[in-house]
Amino acid sequence: MPLRGPGALLLLAPALAMLLALFVAPIGWFLWDVLVGESSLAEAWTLTVEILSSRAVIRAMTLTNLIALVVTLAVLAVGYPVAYALTRARGLFFVLLIAAVVLPYFTSAIVRTYSFMVILGRNGLVNQALLGLGLISQPLDLLYNRLSVTIGMTYVLLPYMVLTLYATMRSLAPGLMRAARGMGATGPQAFRRVFLPLTLPGVVAGCLMVFILALGFFITPALMGAPGDATIAMFIEREIEMTQNWAVAAVLSLALLAVTLLLYAVYSRFADLRKVLG
Amino acid sequence: MRRRPSPLFHLGVTAAILLLVAPIGIVVAISFSGDGSLAFPPRSWSLRWHERFLGDIRWQRALWNSVVIAAGASLIGTAAGFLAAYAFVRGGFPLKRVLLSLVLTPIIVPHVICAIALYYVASPLGLVGSLATVSLAHATLGLPVVVLVISSTLQSVDPNLERAALGMGCSPAGVFRRVVLPLAAPGVISAALFAFLASFDELLVAMFLAGVRTQTLPVRIWNSLAMEVEPTIAAANAALIAVTLAVLLLDWALRRARARAA
Repeated sequence: MPLRGPGALLLLAPALAMLLALFVAPIGWFLWDVLVGESSLAEAWTLTVEILSSRAVIRAMTLTNLIALVVTLAVLAVGYPVAYALTRARGLFFVLLIAAVVLPYFTSAIVRTYSFMVILGRNGLVNQALLGLGLISQPLDLLYNRLSVTIGMTYVLLPYMVLTLYATMRSLAPGLMRAARGMGATGPQAFRRVFLPLTLPGVVAGCLMVFILALGFFITPALMGAPGDATIAMFIEREIEMTQNWAVAAVLSLALLAVTLLLYAVYSRFADLRKVLG
Repeated sequence: MRRRPSPLFHLGVTAAILLLVAPIGIVVAISFSGDGSLAFPPRSWSLRWHERFLGDIRWQRALWNSVVIAAGASLIGTAAGFLAAYAFVRGGFPLKRVLLSLVLTPIIVPHVICAIALYYVASPLGLVGSLATVSLAHATLGLPVVVLVISSTLQSVDPNLERAALGMGCSPAGVFRRVVLPLAAPGVISAALFAFLASFDELLVAMFLAGVRTQTLPVRIWNSLAMEVEPTIAAANAALIAVTLAVLLLDWALRRARARAA
Protein backbone atom coordinates (compact mmCIF):
# COMPACT_ATOMS: atom_id res chain seq x y z
CA MET A 1 0.00 0.00 0.00
CA PRO A 2 1.42 3.41 -0.81
CA LEU A 3 1.69 5.17 2.47
CA ARG A 4 2.09 8.91 2.60
CA GLY A 5 2.50 11.43 5.40
CA PRO A 6 -0.26 11.19 8.00
CA GLY A 7 -1.07 7.51 7.42
CA ALA A 8 2.51 6.46 8.03
CA LEU A 9 2.80 8.66 11.09
CA LEU A 10 -0.37 7.11 12.48
CA LEU A 11 1.22 3.67 12.23
CA LEU A 12 4.37 4.98 13.90
CA ALA A 13 2.42 6.64 16.70
CA PRO A 14 2.27 3.73 19.21
CA ALA A 15 6.00 2.97 18.94
CA LEU A 16 6.97 6.63 19.10
CA ALA A 17 4.66 7.24 22.06
CA MET A 18 6.29 4.35 23.94
CA LEU A 19 9.77 5.60 23.13
CA LEU A 20 8.95 9.12 24.20
CA ALA A 21 7.12 8.20 27.39
CA LEU A 22 9.39 5.40 28.60
CA PHE A 23 12.79 6.20 27.11
CA VAL A 24 13.43 9.75 25.88
CA ALA A 25 11.31 11.69 28.39
CA PRO A 26 12.46 9.83 31.54
CA ILE A 27 16.14 10.18 30.62
CA GLY A 28 15.69 13.82 29.60
CA TRP A 29 13.65 14.70 32.68
CA PHE A 30 16.00 12.87 35.04
CA LEU A 31 19.06 14.71 33.71
CA TRP A 32 17.32 18.09 33.56
CA ASP A 33 15.59 17.87 36.93
CA VAL A 34 18.61 16.66 38.86
CA LEU A 35 21.19 18.91 37.25
CA VAL A 36 19.29 22.10 36.54
CA GLY A 37 16.06 21.64 38.54
CA GLU A 38 16.34 24.15 41.37
CA SER A 39 19.60 25.81 40.35
CA SER A 40 20.67 27.56 37.16
CA LEU A 41 22.43 26.29 34.06
CA ALA A 42 25.64 27.97 35.21
CA GLU A 43 25.53 26.17 38.54
CA ALA A 44 24.78 22.91 36.79
CA TRP A 45 27.85 23.41 34.63
CA THR A 46 30.06 24.10 37.64
CA LEU A 47 28.73 20.99 39.36
CA THR A 48 29.31 18.87 36.25
CA VAL A 49 32.90 20.04 35.89
CA GLU A 50 33.54 19.53 39.60
CA ILE A 51 32.23 15.95 39.59
CA LEU A 52 33.91 14.98 36.33
CA SER A 53 37.28 16.20 37.59
CA SER A 54 37.12 14.36 40.89
CA ARG A 55 39.79 11.73 41.31
CA ALA A 56 37.45 8.73 41.73
CA VAL A 57 35.51 9.63 38.59
CA ILE A 58 38.63 10.12 36.48
CA ARG A 59 39.88 6.75 37.71
CA ALA A 60 36.60 5.09 36.78
CA MET A 61 36.54 6.73 33.35
CA THR A 62 40.12 5.70 32.61
CA LEU A 63 39.44 2.14 33.71
CA THR A 64 36.21 1.96 31.67
CA ASN A 65 37.95 3.15 28.51
CA LEU A 66 40.90 0.86 29.06
CA ILE A 67 38.72 -2.23 29.56
CA ALA A 68 36.52 -1.31 26.58
CA LEU A 69 39.60 -0.90 24.37
CA VAL A 70 41.26 -4.16 25.38
CA VAL A 71 37.97 -6.06 25.13
CA THR A 72 37.33 -4.64 21.65
CA LEU A 73 40.75 -5.78 20.42
CA ALA A 74 40.32 -9.21 22.02
CA VAL A 75 36.86 -9.63 20.50
CA LEU A 76 38.24 -8.66 17.08
CA ALA A 77 41.11 -11.13 17.38
CA VAL A 78 38.74 -13.99 18.24
CA GLY A 79 35.79 -12.87 16.13
CA TYR A 80 37.54 -12.37 12.78
CA PRO A 81 38.60 -16.01 12.34
CA VAL A 82 35.21 -17.23 13.53
CA ALA A 83 33.38 -14.98 11.04
CA TYR A 84 35.77 -16.10 8.29
CA ALA A 85 35.12 -19.74 9.18
CA LEU A 86 31.38 -19.05 8.91
CA THR A 87 31.79 -17.87 5.31
CA ARG A 88 33.71 -21.02 4.38
CA ALA A 89 31.99 -23.72 6.40
CA ARG A 90 29.38 -25.84 4.64
CA GLY A 91 26.63 -28.22 5.69
CA LEU A 92 26.54 -29.44 9.26
CA PHE A 93 29.67 -27.49 10.22
CA PHE A 94 27.98 -24.25 9.16
CA VAL A 95 24.75 -25.03 11.04
CA LEU A 96 26.62 -25.96 14.23
CA LEU A 97 28.94 -22.95 14.06
CA ILE A 98 26.13 -20.44 13.50
CA ALA A 99 24.20 -22.09 16.35
CA ALA A 100 27.30 -21.80 18.56
CA VAL A 101 27.39 -18.06 17.84
CA VAL A 102 23.65 -17.43 18.13
CA LEU A 103 22.96 -19.44 21.31
CA PRO A 104 25.34 -17.36 23.48
CA TYR A 105 24.04 -14.20 21.76
CA PHE A 106 20.54 -14.86 23.08
CA THR A 107 21.61 -16.28 26.44
CA SER A 108 21.40 -13.87 29.36
CA ALA A 109 24.62 -11.97 30.11
CA ILE A 110 24.22 -13.04 33.75
CA VAL A 111 24.38 -16.70 32.74
CA ARG A 112 27.42 -16.13 30.55
CA THR A 113 29.22 -14.20 33.28
CA TYR A 114 28.28 -16.79 35.87
CA SER A 115 29.78 -19.53 33.71
CA PHE A 116 33.14 -17.76 33.75
CA MET A 117 32.89 -17.39 37.52
CA VAL A 118 32.62 -21.19 37.59
CA ILE A 119 35.43 -21.69 35.06
CA LEU A 120 37.86 -19.28 36.73
CA GLY A 121 36.83 -19.87 40.35
CA ARG A 122 39.11 -21.37 43.00
CA ASN A 123 37.63 -24.83 42.40
CA GLY A 124 36.93 -24.10 38.76
CA LEU A 125 37.91 -25.81 35.56
CA VAL A 126 41.17 -23.92 35.00
CA ASN A 127 42.46 -24.39 38.53
CA GLN A 128 41.45 -28.07 38.56
CA ALA A 129 43.26 -28.62 35.28
CA LEU A 130 46.42 -26.85 36.41
CA LEU A 131 46.39 -28.72 39.73
CA GLY A 132 45.79 -32.01 37.95
CA LEU A 133 48.70 -31.41 35.63
CA GLY A 134 50.87 -30.62 38.62
CA LEU A 135 51.73 -27.16 37.28
CA ILE A 136 50.59 -25.45 40.48
CA SER A 137 50.25 -26.66 44.04
CA GLN A 138 47.75 -24.02 45.27
CA PRO A 139 44.65 -22.82 43.39
CA LEU A 140 45.29 -19.46 41.72
CA ASP A 141 43.11 -16.41 42.29
CA LEU A 142 41.89 -16.00 38.74
CA LEU A 143 38.65 -14.26 39.58
CA TYR A 144 37.93 -10.67 40.66
CA ASN A 145 40.61 -8.91 38.67
CA ARG A 146 40.85 -7.03 35.38
CA LEU A 147 41.89 -10.10 33.42
CA SER A 148 38.76 -12.01 34.46
CA VAL A 149 36.58 -9.02 33.53
CA THR A 150 38.28 -8.86 30.13
CA ILE A 151 37.81 -12.57 29.50
CA GLY A 152 34.18 -12.49 30.57
CA MET A 153 33.30 -9.41 28.53
CA THR A 154 35.10 -10.77 25.48
CA TYR A 155 32.89 -13.84 25.58
CA VAL A 156 29.72 -11.82 26.18
CA LEU A 157 30.35 -9.31 23.36
CA LEU A 158 31.83 -11.74 20.82
CA PRO A 159 28.56 -12.48 18.95
CA TYR A 160 28.10 -8.80 18.00
CA MET A 161 31.50 -8.77 16.31
CA VAL A 162 31.03 -12.13 14.59
CA LEU A 163 27.60 -11.21 13.22
CA THR A 164 28.82 -7.80 11.99
CA LEU A 165 31.90 -9.25 10.28
CA TYR A 166 29.94 -12.15 8.82
CA ALA A 167 27.42 -9.73 7.28
CA THR A 168 30.30 -7.88 5.58
CA MET A 169 32.21 -10.99 4.47
CA ARG A 170 29.09 -12.66 3.09
CA SER A 171 28.38 -9.66 0.87
CA LEU A 172 31.76 -9.96 -0.91
CA ALA A 173 31.68 -11.58 -4.33
CA PRO A 174 32.77 -15.22 -3.87
CA GLY A 175 34.91 -15.14 -7.01
CA LEU A 176 37.18 -12.36 -5.72
CA MET A 177 39.66 -14.56 -3.88
CA ARG A 178 39.70 -17.06 -6.73
CA ALA A 179 40.45 -14.26 -9.17
CA ALA A 180 43.32 -13.01 -7.00
CA ARG A 181 44.79 -16.50 -6.82
CA GLY A 182 44.24 -17.06 -10.52
CA MET A 183 46.36 -14.00 -11.19
CA GLY A 184 49.19 -15.44 -9.19
CA ALA A 185 48.67 -14.31 -5.60
CA THR A 186 49.50 -16.83 -2.91
CA GLY A 187 46.83 -17.60 -0.29
CA PRO A 188 48.21 -15.21 2.34
CA GLN A 189 48.75 -12.50 -0.31
CA ALA A 190 45.18 -12.82 -1.58
CA PHE A 191 43.95 -12.56 2.00
CA ARG A 192 46.09 -9.55 2.91
CA ARG A 193 45.64 -7.54 -0.28
CA VAL A 194 42.08 -8.42 -1.31
CA PHE A 195 40.00 -9.95 1.50
CA LEU A 196 41.29 -7.96 4.47
CA PRO A 197 40.94 -4.48 2.89
CA LEU A 198 37.43 -5.29 1.68
CA THR A 199 36.35 -6.38 5.15
CA LEU A 200 37.77 -3.28 6.87
CA PRO A 201 34.41 -1.44 6.94
CA GLY A 202 32.99 -4.41 8.84
CA VAL A 203 35.98 -4.36 11.19
CA VAL A 204 35.45 -0.67 11.96
CA ALA A 205 31.70 -1.15 12.44
CA GLY A 206 32.18 -4.20 14.64
CA CYS A 207 34.84 -2.50 16.77
CA LEU A 208 32.70 0.62 17.26
CA MET A 209 29.67 -1.48 18.17
CA VAL A 210 31.60 -3.57 20.71
CA PHE A 211 33.36 -0.52 22.14
CA ILE A 212 30.04 1.31 22.61
CA LEU A 213 28.47 -1.69 24.34
CA ALA A 214 31.59 -2.27 26.46
CA LEU A 215 31.60 1.35 27.69
CA GLY A 216 28.18 0.99 29.28
CA PHE A 217 28.58 -2.60 30.39
CA PHE A 218 27.51 -3.41 33.91
CA ILE A 219 26.90 -7.08 34.67
CA THR A 220 30.31 -8.61 33.96
CA PRO A 221 32.53 -5.97 35.62
CA ALA A 222 30.20 -5.83 38.62
CA LEU A 223 30.33 -9.60 39.14
CA MET A 224 33.92 -10.36 38.15
CA GLY A 225 35.83 -7.15 38.80
CA ALA A 226 38.28 -6.37 41.57
CA PRO A 227 36.54 -4.94 44.67
CA GLY A 228 38.20 -1.54 44.26
CA ASP A 229 37.63 -1.24 40.53
CA ALA A 230 34.46 0.51 39.41
CA THR A 231 33.51 1.14 35.80
CA ILE A 232 31.32 4.14 34.99
CA ALA A 233 28.17 2.00 34.79
CA MET A 234 28.94 0.45 38.20
CA PHE A 235 29.70 3.89 39.62
CA ILE A 236 26.28 5.15 38.51
CA GLU A 237 24.46 2.15 39.95
CA ARG A 238 26.28 2.39 43.28
CA GLU A 239 25.59 6.10 43.68
CA ILE A 240 21.86 5.34 43.57
CA GLU A 241 21.81 1.97 45.32
CA MET A 242 24.03 2.96 48.23
CA THR A 243 24.03 6.69 48.78
CA GLN A 244 21.11 8.01 46.69
CA ASN A 245 23.51 10.60 45.31
CA TRP A 246 21.44 11.66 42.30
CA ALA A 247 23.70 14.53 41.24
CA VAL A 248 26.75 12.33 40.71
CA ALA A 249 24.64 9.66 38.97
CA ALA A 250 23.14 12.29 36.66
CA VAL A 251 26.47 13.85 35.70
CA LEU A 252 28.02 10.46 34.97
CA SER A 253 24.93 9.36 33.03
CA LEU A 254 25.10 12.55 30.97
CA ALA A 255 28.78 11.98 30.19
CA LEU A 256 28.27 8.30 29.31
CA LEU A 257 25.21 9.11 27.21
CA ALA A 258 27.03 11.88 25.32
CA VAL A 259 29.99 9.65 24.46
CA THR A 260 27.72 6.76 23.48
CA LEU A 261 25.56 8.89 21.17
CA LEU A 262 28.64 10.51 19.63
CA LEU A 263 30.16 7.11 18.83
CA TYR A 264 26.78 5.92 17.53
CA ALA A 265 26.72 8.88 15.14
CA VAL A 266 30.17 7.85 13.85
CA TYR A 267 28.97 4.24 13.61
CA SER A 268 25.95 5.28 11.55
CA ARG A 269 28.28 6.72 8.92
CA PHE A 270 30.08 3.39 8.56
CA ALA A 271 27.38 0.86 8.98
CA ASP A 272 23.76 0.07 9.28
CA LEU A 273 22.40 -1.65 12.37
CA ARG A 274 19.75 -3.12 10.08
CA LYS A 275 22.33 -5.26 8.30
CA VAL A 276 23.68 -6.76 11.48
CA LEU A 277 20.51 -7.68 13.31
CA GLY A 278 18.02 -7.80 10.45
CA MET B 1 39.28 -19.99 -3.01
CA ARG B 2 36.41 -22.37 -3.37
CA ARG B 3 38.73 -25.28 -2.76
CA ARG B 4 37.58 -27.97 -0.40
CA PRO B 5 38.33 -26.87 3.15
CA SER B 6 41.20 -28.86 4.63
CA PRO B 7 40.81 -31.23 7.60
CA LEU B 8 42.73 -28.64 9.60
CA PHE B 9 39.95 -26.13 8.86
CA HIS B 10 37.33 -28.56 10.14
CA LEU B 11 39.39 -29.22 13.24
CA GLY B 12 39.55 -25.47 13.91
CA VAL B 13 35.82 -25.05 13.36
CA THR B 14 35.07 -27.92 15.72
CA ALA B 15 37.31 -26.36 18.37
CA ALA B 16 35.58 -22.99 17.93
CA ILE B 17 32.12 -24.57 18.26
CA LEU B 18 33.13 -26.36 21.45
CA LEU B 19 34.74 -23.26 22.98
CA LEU B 20 31.73 -21.07 22.20
CA VAL B 21 29.20 -23.50 23.65
CA ALA B 22 31.30 -24.86 26.53
CA PRO B 23 30.62 -22.02 29.00
CA ILE B 24 26.87 -22.56 28.63
CA GLY B 25 27.29 -26.34 28.88
CA ILE B 26 29.32 -25.91 32.04
CA VAL B 27 26.53 -23.99 33.77
CA VAL B 28 24.06 -26.73 32.86
CA ALA B 29 26.48 -29.42 34.04
CA ILE B 30 27.22 -27.79 37.37
CA SER B 31 23.51 -27.39 38.12
CA PHE B 32 23.41 -31.22 38.26
CA SER B 33 26.32 -31.30 40.70
CA GLY B 34 26.05 -33.35 43.87
CA ASP B 35 28.54 -31.15 45.72
CA GLY B 36 27.83 -28.11 47.83
CA SER B 37 30.50 -26.07 46.09
CA LEU B 38 31.03 -24.89 42.55
CA ALA B 39 33.83 -27.37 41.86
CA PHE B 40 34.09 -28.23 38.21
CA PRO B 41 34.01 -30.94 37.05
CA PRO B 42 31.61 -31.98 39.85
CA ARG B 43 32.65 -34.97 41.98
CA SER B 44 29.12 -36.39 42.03
CA TRP B 45 25.80 -35.78 40.32
CA SER B 46 22.33 -35.08 41.72
CA LEU B 47 19.07 -33.28 41.07
CA ARG B 48 18.99 -31.59 44.45
CA TRP B 49 19.73 -28.04 43.23
CA HIS B 50 17.00 -28.30 40.63
CA GLU B 51 14.64 -29.67 43.28
CA ARG B 52 15.56 -26.85 45.61
CA PHE B 53 15.10 -24.28 42.84
CA LEU B 54 11.72 -25.62 41.72
CA GLY B 55 10.53 -26.22 45.28
CA ASP B 56 11.30 -22.75 46.59
CA ILE B 57 8.30 -20.43 46.46
CA ARG B 58 10.54 -17.36 45.98
CA TRP B 59 12.29 -18.82 42.95
CA GLN B 60 8.93 -19.99 41.59
CA ARG B 61 7.49 -16.53 41.95
CA ALA B 62 10.55 -14.95 40.28
CA LEU B 63 10.26 -17.34 37.35
CA TRP B 64 6.54 -16.64 37.03
CA ASN B 65 7.08 -12.86 37.21
CA SER B 66 9.69 -13.11 34.45
CA VAL B 67 7.33 -15.09 32.22
CA VAL B 68 4.42 -12.66 32.76
CA ILE B 69 6.57 -9.57 32.21
CA ALA B 70 8.25 -11.02 29.12
CA ALA B 71 4.95 -12.19 27.61
CA GLY B 72 3.43 -8.74 28.08
CA ALA B 73 6.53 -6.99 26.75
CA SER B 74 6.61 -9.28 23.73
CA LEU B 75 2.93 -8.73 22.93
CA ILE B 76 2.97 -4.95 23.30
CA GLY B 77 6.39 -4.50 21.69
CA THR B 78 5.56 -6.70 18.71
CA ALA B 79 2.22 -4.97 18.06
CA ALA B 80 3.69 -1.46 18.17
CA GLY B 81 6.87 -2.56 16.40
CA PHE B 82 4.98 -4.27 13.57
CA LEU B 83 3.02 -1.10 12.75
CA ALA B 84 6.22 0.97 12.93
CA ALA B 85 8.15 -1.47 10.74
CA TYR B 86 5.40 -1.33 8.13
CA ALA B 87 5.53 2.48 8.14
CA PHE B 88 9.33 2.43 7.76
CA VAL B 89 9.36 -0.09 4.90
CA ARG B 90 6.38 1.15 2.86
CA GLY B 91 5.94 4.72 4.00
CA GLY B 92 7.31 7.98 2.70
CA PHE B 93 7.36 10.74 5.28
CA PRO B 94 9.67 13.49 6.46
CA LEU B 95 12.44 12.69 8.96
CA LYS B 96 12.26 8.96 8.19
CA ARG B 97 15.96 8.35 8.78
CA VAL B 98 16.00 10.38 11.98
CA LEU B 99 12.95 8.55 13.33
CA LEU B 100 14.47 5.17 12.47
CA SER B 101 17.68 6.11 14.31
CA LEU B 102 15.55 7.16 17.29
CA VAL B 103 13.73 3.81 17.30
CA LEU B 104 17.09 2.00 17.29
CA THR B 105 18.80 3.99 20.08
CA PRO B 106 17.66 1.73 22.97
CA ILE B 107 20.14 -0.86 21.65
CA ILE B 108 23.13 1.35 22.33
CA VAL B 109 22.11 3.49 25.32
CA PRO B 110 23.46 1.76 28.44
CA HIS B 111 20.65 0.11 30.39
CA VAL B 112 21.98 1.59 33.61
CA ILE B 113 20.94 5.04 32.38
CA CYS B 114 17.43 3.93 31.31
CA ALA B 115 17.00 2.06 34.57
CA ILE B 116 17.80 4.89 36.97
CA ALA B 117 15.98 7.47 34.83
CA LEU B 118 12.84 5.32 34.85
CA TYR B 119 13.24 4.77 38.58
CA TYR B 120 13.62 8.52 39.13
CA VAL B 121 10.39 9.22 37.22
CA ALA B 122 8.32 6.23 38.31
CA SER B 123 9.17 6.31 42.01
CA PRO B 124 7.29 9.53 42.97
CA LEU B 125 4.33 8.38 40.86
CA GLY B 126 4.09 5.15 42.84
CA LEU B 127 4.69 3.07 39.73
CA VAL B 128 7.65 1.10 41.09
CA GLY B 129 6.95 -2.51 41.98
CA SER B 130 4.27 -3.18 39.41
CA LEU B 131 4.59 -5.88 36.78
CA ALA B 132 2.94 -3.61 34.21
CA THR B 133 5.58 -0.89 34.57
CA VAL B 134 8.46 -3.33 34.04
CA SER B 135 6.63 -4.96 31.16
CA LEU B 136 5.99 -1.65 29.37
CA ALA B 137 9.59 -0.53 29.88
CA HIS B 138 10.85 -3.84 28.48
CA ALA B 139 8.47 -3.57 25.53
CA THR B 140 10.03 -0.20 24.71
CA LEU B 141 13.61 -1.45 25.02
CA GLY B 142 12.68 -4.42 22.79
CA LEU B 143 11.31 -2.21 19.99
CA PRO B 144 14.59 -1.97 18.00
CA VAL B 145 14.90 -5.73 17.58
CA VAL B 146 11.22 -6.09 16.67
CA VAL B 147 11.38 -3.30 14.08
CA LEU B 148 14.62 -4.65 12.55
CA VAL B 149 13.42 -8.24 12.27
CA ILE B 150 9.97 -7.39 10.88
CA SER B 151 11.39 -4.77 8.49
CA SER B 152 13.73 -7.28 6.91
CA THR B 153 10.80 -9.69 6.37
CA LEU B 154 8.53 -6.97 4.97
CA GLN B 155 11.21 -5.93 2.50
CA SER B 156 10.89 -9.32 0.84
CA VAL B 157 7.09 -9.06 0.55
CA ASP B 158 5.97 -7.78 -2.88
CA PRO B 159 3.99 -4.54 -2.41
CA ASN B 160 2.09 -5.36 -5.60
CA LEU B 161 0.22 -8.05 -3.69
CA GLU B 162 -1.13 -5.34 -1.40
CA ARG B 163 -2.02 -3.11 -4.37
CA ALA B 164 -3.77 -6.02 -6.03
CA ALA B 165 -5.87 -6.71 -2.93
CA LEU B 166 -6.75 -3.01 -2.68
CA GLY B 167 -7.66 -2.91 -6.37
CA MET B 168 -9.97 -5.85 -5.93
CA GLY B 169 -11.94 -3.99 -3.33
CA CYS B 170 -10.34 -5.00 -0.04
CA SER B 171 -10.31 -2.31 2.63
CA PRO B 172 -6.92 -1.09 3.94
CA ALA B 173 -7.60 -2.78 7.27
CA GLY B 174 -8.50 -5.98 5.40
CA VAL B 175 -5.29 -5.80 3.37
CA PHE B 176 -3.38 -5.50 6.61
CA ARG B 177 -5.11 -8.47 8.18
CA ARG B 178 -5.41 -10.76 5.15
CA VAL B 179 -2.31 -9.97 3.09
CA VAL B 180 0.40 -8.18 5.04
CA LEU B 181 0.13 -10.04 8.33
CA PRO B 182 0.10 -13.58 6.86
CA LEU B 183 3.02 -12.79 4.55
CA ALA B 184 5.04 -11.17 7.33
CA ALA B 185 4.07 -13.85 9.87
CA PRO B 186 7.49 -15.58 10.04
CA GLY B 187 9.17 -12.27 10.84
CA VAL B 188 6.46 -11.29 13.30
CA ILE B 189 6.78 -14.59 15.18
CA SER B 190 10.58 -14.36 15.31
CA ALA B 191 10.34 -10.75 16.49
CA ALA B 192 7.88 -11.71 19.23
CA LEU B 193 10.15 -14.52 20.42
CA PHE B 194 13.24 -12.29 20.41
CA ALA B 195 11.36 -9.56 22.28
CA PHE B 196 10.32 -12.19 24.83
CA LEU B 197 13.94 -13.26 25.34
CA ALA B 198 15.21 -9.67 25.56
CA SER B 199 12.78 -8.98 28.38
CA PHE B 200 13.26 -12.36 30.05
CA ASP B 201 17.03 -11.76 30.32
CA GLU B 202 16.99 -8.08 31.23
CA LEU B 203 18.48 -7.21 34.61
CA LEU B 204 18.92 -3.50 35.35
CA VAL B 205 15.52 -2.04 34.48
CA ALA B 206 13.81 -4.91 36.26
CA MET B 207 16.12 -4.44 39.26
CA PHE B 208 15.27 -0.76 39.72
CA LEU B 209 11.57 -0.95 38.81
CA ALA B 210 10.68 -4.19 40.57
CA GLY B 211 9.62 -4.38 44.17
CA VAL B 212 10.32 -7.34 46.44
CA ARG B 213 7.20 -9.17 45.25
CA THR B 214 7.80 -8.44 41.57
CA GLN B 215 11.41 -9.64 41.38
CA THR B 216 12.24 -11.30 38.09
CA LEU B 217 14.46 -14.36 37.70
CA PRO B 218 17.58 -12.39 36.66
CA VAL B 219 17.07 -9.95 39.56
CA ARG B 220 16.74 -12.78 42.05
CA ILE B 221 19.83 -14.49 40.61
CA TRP B 222 21.66 -11.18 40.92
CA ASN B 223 20.63 -10.66 44.53
CA SER B 224 21.55 -14.25 45.42
CA LEU B 225 24.96 -13.91 43.78
CA ALA B 226 25.73 -10.99 46.07
CA MET B 227 24.96 -13.11 49.12
CA GLU B 228 26.08 -16.67 48.51
CA VAL B 229 27.62 -18.77 45.80
CA GLU B 230 25.79 -22.07 45.87
CA PRO B 231 24.56 -24.33 43.11
CA THR B 232 20.88 -23.34 43.47
CA ILE B 233 21.90 -20.31 41.43
CA ALA B 234 23.34 -22.68 38.84
CA ALA B 235 19.93 -24.37 38.66
CA ALA B 236 18.29 -20.94 38.23
CA ASN B 237 20.81 -20.13 35.49
CA ALA B 238 20.08 -23.48 33.88
CA ALA B 239 16.38 -22.53 33.89
CA LEU B 240 17.25 -19.30 32.04
CA ILE B 241 19.23 -21.34 29.51
CA ALA B 242 16.38 -23.82 29.12
CA VAL B 243 13.89 -21.04 28.34
CA THR B 244 16.32 -19.42 25.86
CA LEU B 245 16.98 -22.72 24.14
CA ALA B 246 13.27 -23.59 24.00
CA VAL B 247 12.40 -20.23 22.43
CA LEU B 248 15.22 -20.47 19.86
CA LEU B 249 14.26 -24.04 18.94
CA LEU B 250 10.63 -22.99 18.61
CA ASP B 251 11.68 -20.19 16.25
CA TRP B 252 13.81 -22.59 14.23
CA ALA B 253 11.06 -25.23 14.04
CA LEU B 254 8.46 -22.67 12.93
CA ARG B 255 10.78 -21.35 10.20
CA ARG B 256 11.44 -24.88 8.99
CA ALA B 257 7.76 -25.76 8.95
CA ARG B 258 6.99 -22.67 6.90
CA ALA B 259 9.85 -23.31 4.50
CA ARG B 260 8.51 -26.84 3.97
CA ALA B 261 4.96 -25.62 3.42
CA ALA B 262 6.08 -23.01 0.88
